[in-house]
Amino acid sequence: MKKTLILIAGLLLPVIGFAAGGGASFPNDDITIDWDDKASMQRGVRTYVNYCMGCHEVSYSRYNRVGADLEIDDDQLMQNLIFTTDKYGEKTKVGALMTNTMNADYAAEAFGIVPPDLSLIARSRGVDWLYNYLRGFYVDESRPYGMNNGVFEKVGMPHVLAELQGYQVPKMGTRLNSDGEKYEVIVGFDIVKPGSLSPSEYDQTIHDLVGFLDYVSEPYRQTRQNVGTGVLIFLFLFLILAYFLKKEFWKDIH
Amino acid sequence: MNTDNKNNGLAGWIDQRFPMTKMWEEHISKYYAPKNFNFWYFFGSLALLVLVLQIVTGIFLTMHYKPDGAEAFISVEHIMRDVDWGWLIRYLHSTGASAFFVIIYLHMFRGLMYGSYQKPRELIWIFGMCIFLALMAEAFMGYLLPWGQMSFWGAQVIISLFGAIPIVGDDLTLWIRGDFVISDATLNRFFALHVIAVPLVLVMLVVMHVIALHEVGSNNPEGVEIKKHKDENGIPLDGIPFHPYYSVKDIVGVVVFLILFSSVVFFMPEMGGYFLEHANFIPANPFKTPEHIAPVWYFTPFYAILRAVPHKLSGVLAMFAAIAILFLLPWIDRGKVHSIRYRANSFRWLLTMLVISFIGLGYLGALPPTELKTFFAQVFSVGYFGFFLGIWWISKNEKTKPVPERIL
Repeated sequence: MKKTLILIAGLLLPVIGFAAGGGASFPNDDITIDWDDKASMQRGVRTYVNYCMGCHEVSYSRYNRVGADLEIDDDQLMQNLIFTTDKYGEKTKVGALMTNTMNADYAAEAFGIVPPDLSLIARSRGVDWLYNYLRGFYVDESRPYGMNNGVFEKVGMPHVLAELQGYQVPKMGTRLNSDGEKYEVIVGFDIVKPGSLSPSEYDQTIHDLVGFLDYVSEPYRQTRQNVGTGVLIFLFLFLILAYFLKKEFWKDIH
Repeated sequence: MNTDNKNNGLAGWIDQRFPMTKMWEEHISKYYAPKNFNFWYFFGSLALLVLVLQIVTGIFLTMHYKPDGAEAFISVEHIMRDVDWGWLIRYLHSTGASAFFVIIYLHMFRGLMYGSYQKPRELIWIFGMCIFLALMAEAFMGYLLPWGQMSFWGAQVIISLFGAIPIVGDDLTLWIRGDFVISDATLNRFFALHVIAVPLVLVMLVVMHVIALHEVGSNNPEGVEIKKHKDENGIPLDGIPFHPYYSVKDIVGVVVFLILFSSVVFFMPEMGGYFLEHANFIPANPFKTPEHIAPVWYFTPFYAILRAVPHKLSGVLAMFAAIAILFLLPWIDRGKVHSIRYRANSFRWLLTMLVISFIGLGYLGALPPTELKTFFAQVFSVGYFGFFLGIWWISKNEKTKPVPERIL
């Protein structure tokens, strides 16, 4: 039996393990999202509709689903989060998908690429990446918008949150590569023009925003885990029953 | 027809018109299986369970999914968010696909250990290999349907392999795709094949696999034929009826499996990006190739063999040969002793080498290639094919241990 277990572990090994290797990107922090912190996610969705949603839809999600999950009632949704009109020119309803009014042709012309829908960005990029990316913009005059990013080199997106974060320039340091040659990497940032938020307030704002993106990428996640707990409890109880049933039937064998 | 008319009620009425009781007895209540089945004998019934699970969840997914290049990706998210319990149905189906392969690989390994492919069970093995082949086709086509980046580019890579075939290659890939690139046409035909054609074939093959098994009887960890020793009623002395003994035992296996399965479905449905790849949460984009294209984990051993060979056509041939050679196993192995328990030590070493090579290849096939990794993939490929060569070699004059007459 022991050999068997080792073998199974061995067979599963290719599945688990190896993380994707990233280059030398900065910042490089990890965050943990607290799915019970509704207040944080409420702040996150507020930041999202105010700063991001003009370009980036979260079109797989509905306003009132977000409202129900994050404890925001319909009136509050209407007053604080819905700024668009539907195709009849009336204010968008709470049951509508969270789209914007920018058409794809205009977007492609303005940015060179249609800004992607962000409904699933936390599942494709991961929350750590998003947290670092949104804090990684720095001044680089060689870029069209005058900004570059420590996580996403030659990024096409302008630094929309600059009024909050301010403008920063990178501090460079050197590292050795595997052949022993020196190369330059970003090791920190210096703020050259402060924004309306302090660095720690800005980090919290981004944390909230990423929390919302994490939530909206899989809104049923808490339900999933709650149901799963019940299912596992049932199965363990059933296992006891099944085991003794088998034992009873097999008494007369051997 | 059942003439002794034990049942005079409805069952009797049916039995006079359809062999209900007869079939029940033949395959369930009077199918005598060896009494010494161990852990490894759970995987047959588990495979059947997962097949049913995939079909049932698949039917419900089909009710909401749209096989359309413009809507497929959105419709999957619609299932996940707007359909009641849609997330559960989808995760059961996506996790079920991976679970199916885990089970089938362990089931095949059991066959190797105890010589379940040897005479007189060659056809069971052949049917089983056909199931494996159909399952790979089913999984490959199913993976295109969510229409994410990995769906698209994975299919692009695999279909382009057929382009390596001389003369007809390009026409063949065009014929498979129904377009010059993977497109709506490809998606639609893969949907048709995934939900109708291949499942029909799969179910038929499974029926044939089981009928063939019940014709010759099950092998067992000792590798002895229980039919050699029967009592006066013709019942094997070391056999016990499948029902109730193995039916109640399999329930235990099923529950343990469901505990592991549910842990994944409810707590880690992405399995760290190996059951659901991260890049597949981005809609298919023909103009943007992902940084690293890796097939889903169950294909990676064969993908690694493909990449280990520097020449494209030879690589494709090696990959297909890796699967084809399994079909020939009953004739490659010339041994008379079934079970690993009584075979020569050299057999154990060869089997260990196969397992290490297969896992090694699976690991490497998921990673971007480097010179060193390619070298290891070549070593493991040699190990994989070396198993079959070795078996053929050692089985001619194998120093086996004495096999007991009966199960103790």
